[in-house]
Amino acid sequence: MADQQDTITGIDVPVYLKYNFTAGAGPARFLSQVKNGKLTGQRCPRCQQVYIPPRGSCAACGVATEEELVLPDKATVQSFTIVSIPIPNNPIKPPYIIANLVLDGANISFIHLMSECVNEDVRIGQRVQAVWKPEEEWDYSMDNIRYFKPLDEPDVPVAQIGKLPVSGWEGMSDA
Amino acid sequence: MRDIAIVAYHQSRAVADAGACNEVEMIMPVLNEVYGQVGINNAQDVDFVCSGSCDYMQGAAFAFVAGVDALGAVPPIKESHVEMDAAWALYESILKIRMGSAESALIYGFGKSSPGELPIVLSQQLDPYYLAPQWIDTVSLAAMQARLLLEQGVITERDMAAVVSRSRRNARQNPNAQLAGDISVDDVLAEETYLSPLRRVDCCPVSDGAAAMIICTEDKAREWGVPYALIRGIDHRIETHHIGMRDLTDSASTRLAAERAGVGDGPVDVAELYAPFSHQELILARALGLGEQTDINPSGGVLAGNLMMASGLARVGEVFNRIVAGEAQRGVAHATSGPCLQHNLVTVVEKA
Ligand SMILES: [Zn+2]
Repeated sequence: MADQQDTITGIDVPVYLKYNFTAGAGPARFLSQVKNGKLTGQRCPRCQQVYIPPRGSCAACGVATEEELVLPDKATVQSFTIVSIPIPNNPIKPPYIIANLVLDGANISFIHLMSECVNEDVRIGQRVQAVWKPEEEWDYSMDNIRYFKPLDEPDVPVAQIGKLPVSGWEGMSDA
Repeated sequence: MRDIAIVAYHQSRAVADAGACNEVEMIMPVLNEVYGQVGINNAQDVDFVCSGSCDYMQGAAFAFVAGVDALGAVPPIKESHVEMDAAWALYESILKIRMGSAESALIYGFGKSSPGELPIVLSQQLDPYYLAPQWIDTVSLAAMQARLLLEQGVITERDMAAVVSRSRRNARQNPNAQLAGDISVDDVLAEETYLSPLRRVDCCPVSDGAAAMIICTEDKAREWGVPYALIRGIDHRIETHHIGMRDLTDSASTRLAAERAGVGDGPVDVAELYAPFSHQELILARALGLGEQTDINPSGGVLAGNLMMASGLARVGEVFNRIVAGEAQRGVAHATSGPCLQHNLVTVVEKA
């Protein structure tokens, strides 16, 4: 009988919206180089900062970053965190390290994984280098780099992180 | 109350698909254009910046923050955002100047509508609770509204076709239009219906693009030494989101906003109305009290190209352009948001 039905207090209505995402003209140039194993930064014509991955504009100046330069795969740890709890659908088993890394010659960091390291020894200013996937697996993705591993180089002082030249830190550290 | 001057306006060409271009890449050229019009370098040279956009169109939370990358916000600037058409960013900027917190403001709106399914995106954006479970889209709602108007004898299909025909014809003079051409009323009526009674030509196209404007006090406009027009009135009103409780054959909110903005205080030479569907232009013209002496949508209006989240600002910009060009003394710009003209903003712009 109708008057004995349970009160309806809620309904499930899943919402799905589909999009054809485009990265942008600047980011697309970067991604097509990553597929070839090249890390390409873009320089601001006004303040000279180098962005990687580039987004198409210098956020500080509001101008397009047209000039491109190939950067090495060596970087410096700007900051990091040790992830100790599992994240749903993430295949990586904790504990692992996520770090903000600045490539040599770049002025802004990106997030990537660190491995082949003692988690407790990871520190700001530490030098690292990319460990790439086999070439046949390369795609339009920063995942072409499996992770970054520590380099046997002296640490970079905090004030100099994000200010290294494309030629890197070796030799500069003595000066 | 001090008058506020519009000193610069620019919009990108309305295109069906901006391709690889991302939002920041769409905004930057438009901003550079308005900077050039008043002779400033970037957003550092105005006191306030306000943008209008909608994260649902990009399908990413806080996507509007990425737009700030186009500004050059170092050192920090005073910046705000409305999750709606940039006409409301103009409104916020006017309040800011009237409060004495700024002398000048940059306003921009942007939208890349092409990546998603716009009619559903818009209905999910504004009413995720009441009508969303029925998966209703903005075009279907507009079709219901047109049906009401026809059945009550308020308008005829020929009236709607006349709006489309004039829009396409006027758009031939508008280099930014997406749809332009010679199409007669009979041509329109010969087309098949899409969502009855609407034909495809009764509906605005899906467009990608951006628009920007600079406003300031009259003193500042004289200091910059550029031609300007004055904003004499602005007001916005909203109706309930319960569509069944509204009279969809009228626009009570537009009528009220027009009254408060002072539309009737003088002759209206030109009116740019944000009518995404042909029948809505007829509702708006009535609610605004526009007669034969008013040139309605000389740009072609949004039936010729609809930059989501920028079209409302673009209506103000079109009126500004005509006044500065000496083609009109006084004009009215209208912006809308929500299904079936739910929320309406009316601006009166006059020759300085
Ligand atoms: Zn810069």
